[in-house]
Amino acid sequence: MPIRTISIWMTGVPLAIAAIGFFFSFLASLSPSFYFTWPYFLEVLSAGLLQGVMYSLVALGFVLIFKASSVFNFAQGSMVLFAALTMVGLIEMGLHWTLAFVVTAAVMVLLAIVIERVVLRPMVNQPHIIMFMATIGIFYFLDGFGQTIWGSNVKVLDIGIPKDPIFVLTGLVEGGMLVNSFDLVAAIVGAVLVAVLAVFFQYTRIGRALRAVADDHQAAQSVGIPLKTIWVVVWSVAGIVALVAGIMWGGKAGVQFTLALIALKALPVLILGGFTSIPGAIVGGLIIGAGEQVAEVFLGSLVGGAIQDWFAYMLALVVLLFRPQGLFGEKIIERV
Amino acid sequence: MIYREAGQFKSSYGADQAIFPILQDRIAVAIMLAIAVVVIPLVAGPYWLETILVPFLVFSMAAIGLNLLTGYCGQLSLGTGGFMACGAFFAYKLSTAFPELHIVLVFLLSGLGTAFVGILFGIPSLRIKGFYLAVATLAAQFFLVWMFNKFPWWNNYSPSGVISAPPRAVFGDFYLTGTQATPEIKYLFLLAFVSVMALLAKNLTRSRIGRSWMAIRDMDIAAEIIGIRPLFAKLSAFAISSFYIGISGALWAFVYTGSVEALAFDINRSFQVLFMIIVGGLGSILGSFLGAAFIVLMPIFLSNAPAALGLHISVELVSHMEFMIFGALIIFFLIVEPSGLARLWQIGKEKLRLWPFPY
Repeated sequence: MPIRTISIWMTGVPLAIAAIGFFFSFLASLSPSFYFTWPYFLEVLSAGLLQGVMYSLVALGFVLIFKASSVFNFAQGSMVLFAALTMVGLIEMGLHWTLAFVVTAAVMVLLAIVIERVVLRPMVNQPHIIMFMATIGIFYFLDGFGQTIWGSNVKVLDIGIPKDPIFVLTGLVEGGMLVNSFDLVAAIVGAVLVAVLAVFFQYTRIGRALRAVADDHQAAQSVGIPLKTIWVVVWSVAGIVALVAGIMWGGKAGVQFTLALIALKALPVLILGGFTSIPGAIVGGLIIGAGEQVAEVFLGSLVGGAIQDWFAYMLALVVLLFRPQGLFGEKIIERV
Repeated sequence: MIYREAGQFKSSYGADQAIFPILQDRIAVAIMLAIAVVVIPLVAGPYWLETILVPFLVFSMAAIGLNLLTGYCGQLSLGTGGFMACGAFFAYKLSTAFPELHIVLVFLLSGLGTAFVGILFGIPSLRIKGFYLAVATLAAQFFLVWMFNKFPWWNNYSPSGVISAPPRAVFGDFYLTGTQATPEIKYLFLLAFVSVMALLAKNLTRSRIGRSWMAIRDMDIAAEIIGIRPLFAKLSAFAISSFYIGISGALWAFVYTGSVEALAFDINRSFQVLFMIIVGGLGSILGSFLGAAFIVLMPIFLSNAPAALGLHISVELVSHMEFMIFGALIIFFLIVEPSGLARLWQIGKEKLRLWPFPY
């Protein structure tokens, strides 16, 4: 990213947060029932940001596949569920979690190969909407398949990440800020994952090929990049990202059917950040996570609560009206 | 041999532009309608009417609505469930606030109300395209269902959040909703209503407005250059599509289930209708009917098949297997015939023309 963009974000984000904070404190001064203090606001904000990292993890898988094959992969959510179910199943069979992780990763690679063979290859050159429907088919299939094999009970996925709430920044803010240590670990894992992906894309041979394919399918093919192999690789990487997301979400909320529906939460993240941008998925996730948490806590009670269901979509919709390609997406150029 | 138009000459533009230009088609349609009106109510039991034919007709209506928007105008929408909820709750509020209003009028008015909501959520389509728009329509889906669920004004402060259709008659003693309604009346009413609406939709797509939708679908910039107003074309597609979907939602709540809560119109309902138009055929009114029949019949078939084969599988496993087979079938269909069942029907007709000769 150019330095200018980064500097705009570095100054813009604290300003926006401060502006929202002052707006709320103004509201609080108007009516006594509106509870607002700065430490509480920051606490909610940080909880939202950490939640946003979890959304980003799911959105990342979408972006990888969309970039390389222009397929809008609705099945990412069920891939998360399937990976988590497989991992839990293997751990329950007595495997150590590191071994289970490796085996599950292998299963996800296998899944990618099967999907490429059975679904993608016969459907080359179909319109995007047909490919999209096919991934909804995969979504249903994987949902049923995973639960047929591993059962549909709520399972606990525990690989030893601490879950105690801890206080941070006790020196800066009075009383410190309450943060869940699990969320912190998730944030770190997310950051590591993004760093690994960035290195993979930037410095390896396959990574360069992936970027070439993302840039232009035909040109990539004409210089001898095997498109089919690339698709398998990219679906495998998305599968492994889904596995990491599955471990994090599964550890937080238990492994169950509803895990597949977090894909729906990742969609506004995607359109906010842009379908084709990995930094977009990260920043979009953070904005959506923080935005919906702050809105739910401070504004939700005014309109009846549970606005989390749709707030993210409305936020993304408003952003789209000003930037139709999302915050970081490639500028859409249309010609007749 | 039988299915040939040889010797059928058209002497007017009207005859040339007819929906069924071939005599055999007209006869076949007349026979089918006669069977649907006379034979089926006599033969089919209440189970068939209530659980298969009534939802089939209701879903056909929704599929026609979505097909107008997605198949003809090319705007991918995932908000069908939300618009159906709109229709259902508008109809409920109208019929309880004005008890003397005729039930058909209630349906049409709730469709009109939904059309306004559709225009509102269609405005972003002027700037956003493709999958961005699809995700944006999810905002409609989640917001509308949340609204009907959260504000008790919509269900007249019923503690369970469920709305029940008040008993209303089409005319005289023929009750369409409520406990006195018989499956036969429901079926016949829906048959007539949906047929008329389908005919309207078919003619709409053959008219100037339908052609402008198709131009927008095929390439919106080119359409704009040849003088089609994208604002009018896109918003009219959203309005008319929502009108149909809203009516189908009202029919769902009033005629099919009788009582319904907002959560019945969740995202899965949207996907269900989307599957119908994809399986049936994008940009085809006939395809909407075929797709609706397929999606309504398949779960019933899948859940009865193991028992019929003599296998004893636990209910839970059956429901998971259903998911799997459903997904696999969708993929299979898309690979074999991405243009849907309507295209298969067309190919069949072409073949029938030459039969018994190969070419």
